[in-house]
Amino acid sequence: MKIDRRSFISLIVGGAVGTTLTPVPWKLTDDIAIWTQNWPWTPVPKDGLDAYKTSVCTLCPGGCGIRVRKIVNRAVKIDGLPEHPVSRGKLCPLGHAGLQFLYGPSRVKAPMKRIGKRGEGKWQTITWDEAISAVTGKLSELRDDQKPHSVAWVAGDDKGTLPQLIHRFLTAYGSPNFIRPPSVQDAYELAAYLMQGQQGTVGFDIDNADHVLSFGTGLFQGWSSPARMLNIYGKTQDKKKFVQIEPRLSDTAAKAQQWVAITPGTEGALALGIAHVMINESLYNQSFINKWAFGFEDWTDDAGNRRMGFKSLVLKDYAPEIVAEITSVPKPMIEKLARQFARAKKPIAVSGRGQGHLPGSLDECMAVHALNALVGNINQPGGISVVAEPDYAKWPEVNIDQTASRGLQNPRVDGAGSDQYPNARFLLHRLPDVINSAKGDAPVQALLVSDANPLYTLPDTQATKAALDKIPFLVSFSSFMDETASYSDYILPDHVFLEGYSDVPTPPGTVQPVIGLSKPVVRPQYDTRHVGDVVIQMAKAMGSFIEKAFPWKDYQAYLEAALKDHWKQLDDKGFAVIKASQDIPFADQFNTTTGKFEFYPTARNNTSGKDTDVLPNFTRVAIAGKPDQFPLILVPYDSIRLASGEVGNPPFMTKTIDETVLLDQTVFVEINPKTARKMGFYEGDRVRLSTPKGQAEVKLHLYEGVEPGVVAMPRGFGHTAYSKYLADKGVNFNKLIGPIEDPMSGLNAAWGIRANITKA
Amino acid sequence: MNTNDQQHPVSHAASPEGGDAQEKRSNGSGWFILLFFIIGFIGSLLSGWLLFPEMLYSEKEQPIDFNHQLHLGVVYEGCQSCHYFRSDGSFSGIPDLYSCSGCHQFVQGTDPEEEKFVNEYVLPNKEVPWLVYSKQPDNVFFSHAAHVKGAGMDCKTCHGDIGHSTHLRPYQENRITGYSRDIWGYNIARLGEPEHGGMRMKMNDCAGCHERETGHKGYCFQCHQ
Repeated sequence: MKIDRRSFISLIVGGAVGTTLTPVPWKLTDDIAIWTQNWPWTPVPKDGLDAYKTSVCTLCPGGCGIRVRKIVNRAVKIDGLPEHPVSRGKLCPLGHAGLQFLYGPSRVKAPMKRIGKRGEGKWQTITWDEAISAVTGKLSELRDDQKPHSVAWVAGDDKGTLPQLIHRFLTAYGSPNFIRPPSVQDAYELAAYLMQGQQGTVGFDIDNADHVLSFGTGLFQGWSSPARMLNIYGKTQDKKKFVQIEPRLSDTAAKAQQWVAITPGTEGALALGIAHVMINESLYNQSFINKWAFGFEDWTDDAGNRRMGFKSLVLKDYAPEIVAEITSVPKPMIEKLARQFARAKKPIAVSGRGQGHLPGSLDECMAVHALNALVGNINQPGGISVVAEPDYAKWPEVNIDQTASRGLQNPRVDGAGSDQYPNARFLLHRLPDVINSAKGDAPVQALLVSDANPLYTLPDTQATKAALDKIPFLVSFSSFMDETASYSDYILPDHVFLEGYSDVPTPPGTVQPVIGLSKPVVRPQYDTRHVGDVVIQMAKAMGSFIEKAFPWKDYQAYLEAALKDHWKQLDDKGFAVIKASQDIPFADQFNTTTGKFEFYPTARNNTSGKDTDVLPNFTRVAIAGKPDQFPLILVPYDSIRLASGEVGNPPFMTKTIDETVLLDQTVFVEINPKTARKMGFYEGDRVRLSTPKGQAEVKLHLYEGVEPGVVAMPRGFGHTAYSKYLADKGVNFNKLIGPIEDPMSGLNAAWGIRANITKA
Repeated sequence: MNTNDQQHPVSHAASPEGGDAQEKRSNGSGWFILLFFIIGFIGSLLSGWLLFPEMLYSEKEQPIDFNHQLHLGVVYEGCQSCHYFRSDGSFSGIPDLYSCSGCHQFVQGTDPEEEKFVNEYVLPNKEVPWLVYSKQPDNVFFSHAAHVKGAGMDCKTCHGDIGHSTHLRPYQENRITGYSRDIWGYNIARLGEPEHGGMRMKMNDCAGCHERETGHKGYCFQCHQ
């Protein structure tokens, strides 16, 4: 008997059979499965005591209430705040992804000074004292040279306490150049000011309307307060009729009960065509028009001249046959739209394309606003109201010296309020051209940028960059290494919205005056400072009367003093509703020279002397490019899954984007299959998209929802800064388009640009 | 292939008795092989049932030998005094250092464990790294409120009568998963009642109890949210 190989095999077989009858294989399988879930390199958030903090999201002006879940000191989830009167517990994808801004890798962690060339990315970390004295040193130098008016500050918004603080600083310093980035609010506010004489945020009471006629507005694509709009759609879509007039089958058009395809850029003409039918068939609200409207009928001015009214203009020039020709919307459809609109109980018309990044033509906005006046739903439930700014934060006038006073007498560098554009308040899109075309020293010697990213959001990126190159001193207050920050000389990083206090004024598009308070949810993660604190510290460093204009210890003290009675409620609940102004009779509301709603806005700038230039009229906005060289028309589109403003698209949202919109790093432009076939292109073709302003490599997505001859491109891609998670994905639409000045208002009226595609 | 087979004819030729010897050997080797099979079989059974459970777990002592019985005698609200529901309905679990140091700011008694607790944890303000017998993986959502408040269950139904214990049991840690032996149960075959008097806490144990008590095992998303 010899122990050989067979006995060995036998031992092993015996062992194997025996093992199956023990718990070993079953227990080990189970344990190994659990072990794989507990690998030490898998990141697991630390466990600990959880708590909820309420605040307000400030990633867009929508001002939605949020509830942030915390585990010990770490914020782990943002949700909607059910009690908030505007967002009512809902939140958009950007808000949900908000923590990626707090903890993301593109934060600027301390004040920095550029040591390489601009945009090269070489920085030196400096102390806050050094940073503030560098800025105040430059500002003092410019003041000593009697050039305070060559300083400009681009601030994200002009409402709320922080913009007022910045405005106050500039006033004390002697610069008239407080500039807000362009948006559709410019057009809304200007139309409301001219036709109603009211200053404030324009609100659309879509909650109480039953027929919503939208002229290309991205109602469910991020317009106004996105959570509010999604809530309205979810709760009342079967009780309202949404009619979307747009050249592209957008998300809003797809959700609407009716989509009316239109030639891009002719929305204003359609509004006037609808007005024609309503007037012609006497479908308008005659009691409102007779009592509260001016300039509807022809009128006689003080000099005894006969002047044209809205009715004559519309009846003469905008018969449905003519409008059908312009807009390619058939005549019976125009008539139907008009009758539906006029016969609805609570109709409302909304203008402004997409999310509202572009102001658009003032005439178009006024033409749509005129439709609301024709049905008499101005300052009514279910209609359009102008929400006055809450009257908090009123401080005594600043005492200024001669230098400041002389500085303030200079015209604004962007031309707003000048003889040419007396009605406009801010015209940031004009700034690059003003700087680039100036001879000698740039008219802006120092530019400060807070809550804004002009190098990304302004049309014509190349021109903007060239203009920034001419500005010798560029300061960004951005919390992130965004395009503008990475191109500036100094970065004085702000807290992000979950780290500090700030008030959020009434969100655009909402009717109820609401103040929100964004509160610190976590401790500041890095060595950042609130812009408000920095402004106060800058004022103190500049000394004398400037310092005296800022008697507050810090921004929080200023904020508490500004919000006074509201502070306790705001700090407690996160929002405060101010008494609604809707019950006030019309008489108090129209602050025009005639005291009425003016179809003929007497305050409107009129250089030509023609009545047709004052009344809401349709003038084709001539987009750049020659048709033979650029046979197509490129239009942008917005998506609620893409942040297209000054903040970058967080990775969570990029994950939600379809692979027909972005694949790997390449963006798709939509083209009608007919156009593609005619040009010899197929789905997924890699092509070169060129416009008079620039070119880019893109892919084609064939889509019947875009009109033949038009190509559509999403806005929000093509960041060059931030982190590797945001940068180099797709193309920035603003690189391919330039601004077009609306001749009367100076607003950027561009809605697209001519383009061509060729094989890449 | 087989070297033995190739050698057979050679040995036949060399010895006339070689054939018998070969036969005997192969008869003998069949029995011998069976013996090895049995050795392997019994050996694996023994090691699988007896040795494996011993090897799978390591035994750890709790950082502090906490006396539940003693504390239960001096607090006013029973278990709830330290293991309570928060106002939002979530369960506090094991008290943190802050809760303990309310009383144990300084050493109060003569127990060396208390002295150790105060010196090693309270004074340096360091959380006690308690070894939790009932700890579940992160993908398990368990609501104490639903069981205690909703179904009116006692703590000891699942955790055993730990409230009246004077010492903490050694923590037997699964060397592979890191979880307590209480979860699977002391008996490797998961038979009989757990020694500590509570419940085993694998998924099937949850489902089994739910089926007995409510008539339905429950749905995946109720615990795996």
